[in-house]
Amino acid sequence: MQLPPALHARLAGAPGSAEPLPVERDPAAGTTPFSFAPRLVRFPREHDFFEDGDVQRHLYLQDVLTQVGGAPERPRVPEFTCQVAGCCQVFDALEDYEHHYHALHRNVCSFCKRAFPSGHLLDTHILEWHDSLFQILAERQDMYQCLVEGCTEKFRTSRDRKEHLVMRHLYPADFRFDKPRRSRGPAVPGAAEQVLAEALGDDRVPSEGDAMEVCSEHVEPSPEPAGERRAYSHRIPSTICFGQGASRGFKSAKKRNKHQ
Amino acid sequence: MIFGEAEIQQFLRLAQRGTEEKEREGALVSLRRGLQRPETQQTFIRLEGSIRTLVGLLTSNQALLQLEAARCLHELSHSEQSAVVEACLPATSYLLTYLSGHSSDFIELCLYTLGNLIVESEAVRRQLLPQGIVPALAACIQSPHLTVLEALGYALSQLLQAKEAPEKIIPSVLGSTLPQHMLQLLQPGPKLNLGVAVEFAWCLHYIICSQVNNALLITQGALSTLGLLLLDLAGAVQRTEDAGLELLACPVLRCLSNLLTEAAAEAVGGQLQLRDERVVAALFILLQFLLQKQPSLLPEGLWLLNNLTANSPSFCTSLLSLDLIEPLLHLLSVSNVVSVLVLTVLCNVAEKGPAYCQRLWPGPLLSSLLDTLAFSDTEVVGQSLELLQLLFLYQPGAAQAFLQQSGLQALQRHEEVAQLQDRVHALQQTALHG
Repeated sequence: MQLPPALHARLAGAPGSAEPLPVERDPAAGTTPFSFAPRLVRFPREHDFFEDGDVQRHLYLQDVLTQVGGAPERPRVPEFTCQVAGCCQVFDALEDYEHHYHALHRNVCSFCKRAFPSGHLLDTHILEWHDSLFQILAERQDMYQCLVEGCTEKFRTSRDRKEHLVMRHLYPADFRFDKPRRSRGPAVPGAAEQVLAEALGDDRVPSEGDAMEVCSEHVEPSPEPAGERRAYSHRIPSTICFGQGASRGFKSAKKRNKHQ
Repeated sequence: MIFGEAEIQQFLRLAQRGTEEKEREGALVSLRRGLQRPETQQTFIRLEGSIRTLVGLLTSNQALLQLEAARCLHELSHSEQSAVVEACLPATSYLLTYLSGHSSDFIELCLYTLGNLIVESEAVRRQLLPQGIVPALAACIQSPHLTVLEALGYALSQLLQAKEAPEKIIPSVLGSTLPQHMLQLLQPGPKLNLGVAVEFAWCLHYIICSQVNNALLITQGALSTLGLLLLDLAGAVQRTEDAGLELLACPVLRCLSNLLTEAAAEAVGGQLQLRDERVVAALFILLQFLLQKQPSLLPEGLWLLNNLTANSPSFCTSLLSLDLIEPLLHLLSVSNVVSVLVLTVLCNVAEKGPAYCQRLWPGPLLSSLLDTLAFSDTEVVGQSLELLQLLFLYQPGAAQAFLQQSGLQALQRHEEVAQLQDRVHALQQTALHG
């Protein structure tokens, strides 16, 4: 298919349209037995016309997908240690370090040292766990924001929010990034049930804990029921104490013992 | 490797409770290799607590275990067995949560996993939508990482291809910021990445051909962006032997062709891109490229040419002034489908009247038509007859020349064909008696 040489120049040239030749139709055109009329053609989904192109797309994807996911040959470097204070993880590949850093050191709560997978969850955590103004406001209005991006619903308690996450958004009931704060005293209704639910209902596999548990007082894996162990790691650090804070934590511990 | 229950249990135990980091990681690596086999996948999902353990590792505070656990899930996501795919349902909320993280390798893996799960199972899709996959993708598409974007485009394209997409998925996608970002990623220029553009062009195609709200896309500049992209593609095709440009050409041609049929397209017709004859030049350069590289895509290119020329005297004039009729005729030998489309485009030009037919004549058109009349395909012949009628009507001397070139004999073969005979007789009459 020979293209006129000027065509390439035209493509590279300035935008513009041709001055159209005069249009002059004869009414006899396209009349019976003829039927031609210019028509815009539209093809919907699943039309046969798309078959060939779709097959090529499918073959391309198959190619791409077989290359994904297999651990790539990562160039090894001399071993080095994570430079973040208190972390002694050792690496021999940069990509491993990148993931480690982003997973464990990037969105870390400066109050309690827990790590979160995203800035959004970190912000929510700080607000709900470490912001005294939040606690005050929460007594009067719905402050617990739904965790799903794009959902603007707010709730009175974190329990209500959890229910919403489960019912409306089909989240697992034991979603790891939605743990209620444990430090409430008996004055807050439902807190006791929350603690109970956590202690008994938490079916988390005893492993080293989830990302929310990255903090200094963390204990090594044990065969005890997870809820029991977590009671200790959720203690509010004494630095965040608003008079009642420390004693509330103490009261909660007593409550937990009662429910053993 | 095919692992049995005992082996899988051992790997899981080691991964969970092992004392040595490397040991735990190694256990998951071994498990992953096993999960490449469908038999092992089946055994795994039937083992009680296995998925829960894997999800636990996926959300653990050991980053490298997370990564390996994600790779195991990714293996499972490749399965063609819906039972295996649906066993991964407990992981989806976490996969979505991790999309708003920062580790590009990990996010990429999560996206491919999600994409694979989406393809195989409506149950997965039914869960992902309320879990917020659309807003999660809308946030993630702002990532600067090309590998993440390509993976996202893949996942989104699978979501948009679902059979329930027009009712259940596309409306929320259109209501999000995804379309604007997609169009941005399709802007031609030094930042355009082929792999990324291919994915989002296909996403756009699935949205557009579903005909949910194409007017919205047009107001967001889709026609303009795609038109410029077409020009860019034609330029690229001239410059390099780049493998894969046809992968982008296909969805772009489809999107443009379908969008041109929208009423809203008329409204923005004033925009330069829609009248710019460089679009026609670009299209022919692409047609030439497709003829060499991927002839099965020629119909898609000619479909666009039809939609450009049908109601546009300006583009029809461009075809003539840029000397594109002869190259067009060259395509008549490719296939019946292509021939019908070529003839249709020629009819688009000819039906605009004498000024146009004059420029179609003389030249190779007559002998090409005599050739197509020798085809046995009824549609090809039928379209040739339509074109002949227009030429006889608007171009003095055309009928005469036709007779002189044994046109009547060419017509005779089809005198008995039901779909053709009336038109054949009419032409015979016109040729003989004017």
